[in-house]
Amino acid sequence: MVENRPMVTLISHIVLILGVLTIAFPIWITFVAATHDAVRMVQIPLPLWPGGMFFENLEQALLKGIEGATGLGVGFMLLNSLVMALMIACGKIAISLLSAFAIVYFRFPFRMGFFWMIFITLMLPVEVRIIPTFEVVANLGMLNTYWGLSIPLIASATATFMFRQTFLTIPDELLEAARIDGAGPMQFFKDILLPMSRTNIAALFVILFIYGWNQYLWPLLVTTDRDMYTIVMGIKQLLEAAEQAPEWNIIMMTTLLAMLPPVAVVVFMQKLFVKGLTETEK
Amino acid sequence: MLKRVHFGPSALPFILVAPQIIITVIFFIWPAGHALYQSFLIQDAFGLKTEFVWFENFEVLFDDEHYLGAFQRTFMFSILVASISMGFALMLAAMADRIVKGAMTYRTLLIWPYAVAPVAAGALWVFMLDPTLGIMTYALGGLGYEWNHKLNGNEAMALVVIASAWKQVAYNFLFFLAGMQAIPKSLIEAAAIDGAGPLRRFWTIIFPLLSPTTFFLMVVNVVYAFFDTFGIIHAITQGGPAKATEILVYKVYNDGFVGLDLGSSAVQSVILMGIVISLTVLQFRYIEKKVEY
Repeated sequence: MVENRPMVTLISHIVLILGVLTIAFPIWITFVAATHDAVRMVQIPLPLWPGGMFFENLEQALLKGIEGATGLGVGFMLLNSLVMALMIACGKIAISLLSAFAIVYFRFPFRMGFFWMIFITLMLPVEVRIIPTFEVVANLGMLNTYWGLSIPLIASATATFMFRQTFLTIPDELLEAARIDGAGPMQFFKDILLPMSRTNIAALFVILFIYGWNQYLWPLLVTTDRDMYTIVMGIKQLLEAAEQAPEWNIIMMTTLLAMLPPVAVVVFMQKLFVKGLTETEK
Repeated sequence: MLKRVHFGPSALPFILVAPQIIITVIFFIWPAGHALYQSFLIQDAFGLKTEFVWFENFEVLFDDEHYLGAFQRTFMFSILVASISMGFALMLAAMADRIVKGAMTYRTLLIWPYAVAPVAAGALWVFMLDPTLGIMTYALGGLGYEWNHKLNGNEAMALVVIASAWKQVAYNFLFFLAGMQAIPKSLIEAAAIDGAGPLRRFWTIIFPLLSPTTFFLMVVNVVYAFFDTFGIIHAITQGGPAKATEILVYKVYNDGFVGLDLGSSAVQSVILMGIVISLTVLQFRYIEKKVEY
């Protein structure tokens, strides 16, 4: 602090608290809605304080779902989302580590050509090439599979760049020393590079897990089979059903379930999250 | 780029880059090239004959007032989202930068919406502003304002803007706060000794020194508003009422997958790619320069 001005500090706190409340208000309303029964949720005005139906709603959302939507609970959708998010995060990290290693530590023909090919993926988010990519995936018979959900999202320039950056800061002497000790390239990679990039891998994992979990447009296109729906798609299904018969308590419970894993990751791994966010976006 | 000490040529590096390159070619370059190729073709109504027409598809598209409308809407939408979420985040970050105790607690409480899926953000806000049941609709009704985003296009736009901006505040806050904490305290102390108050210091020192962060965030926010808000719009309004919230990405999806007009959708994809490429180039050129004042 530069100077002691209690009034300004007080105002700062007040503004911040108001900001936090504004940001959190929708979540509070969602939580409250998830703790009341269906009857209460159609009486105006809606409640502002929690009721006692939290666990009943949780059970219904997970196992039964609501009439008019899929008629299924969302338990299996949580599992699908988890599998998809993990496949995307691990897949991206694995292929980016390998290609960054090749580009930084090897001299080989077309090295820069490959580098630019990877760079191009940065410019082609899935949203701008949905139809041709969908055709490719359909022709490969990957619709309604975990592979179809995750592999087209796995190639990533940002992760490759980040690992490239990390590797460039690792002193050359380490490679020289490893060579003198008789280590081959893969042993060097496994015993020196991987342990040295551990925190970067963890930080990237946090970001990619959130990215994977929250994917929406792509799963919407490649899954037609209910068994493959993800939880984020589940919310949309319920919202559509809400046009006829609103069961907001169950919809909001589902929304809470969909938000919980990625939000928990951000809150509990905040340090890694901030590191990952600031380093991948550079 | 390359390490001074490195491994000699062998087959190994090719094997190492292979997975990344194969996926890039199959799922990125091939589809993008295909879209580009398709955008130069015209197909007759029965799909029997295709003809190479150069830029005719683009001309048709730019004569289409629906498309131009979507273009304008997207620009307005992204400017609104970027300015609202950045303004709000800048204010909060300036406050959090001032205080010593509790800044990290506020950060924790402010950054979590980043992790909320766009569709979930849409669900939260559509529930609060539901025309019949919503709690905010009720409050607005008490103030004498009738809210119904299912009928009123401007209200629908306002709703998707609020939901999108709400989600993005976290990201902007994090970067603004990091940017402010990187400004040397000695500068601010010197200004304080010269008698500049907090507000004056903010506008004459902190804000100008933040301009690299601000510019970076502007690009990121525009990209976010252009592409990542699909889920919000799909959940809340489906582009309606009467196309009032149909932005470019939504139109690509809607024309291609719902309307099954693949040709037009391919042309729109190509234009979107052009936009992303120019934004990325802008961002990179700028970051390389690292402007200082």
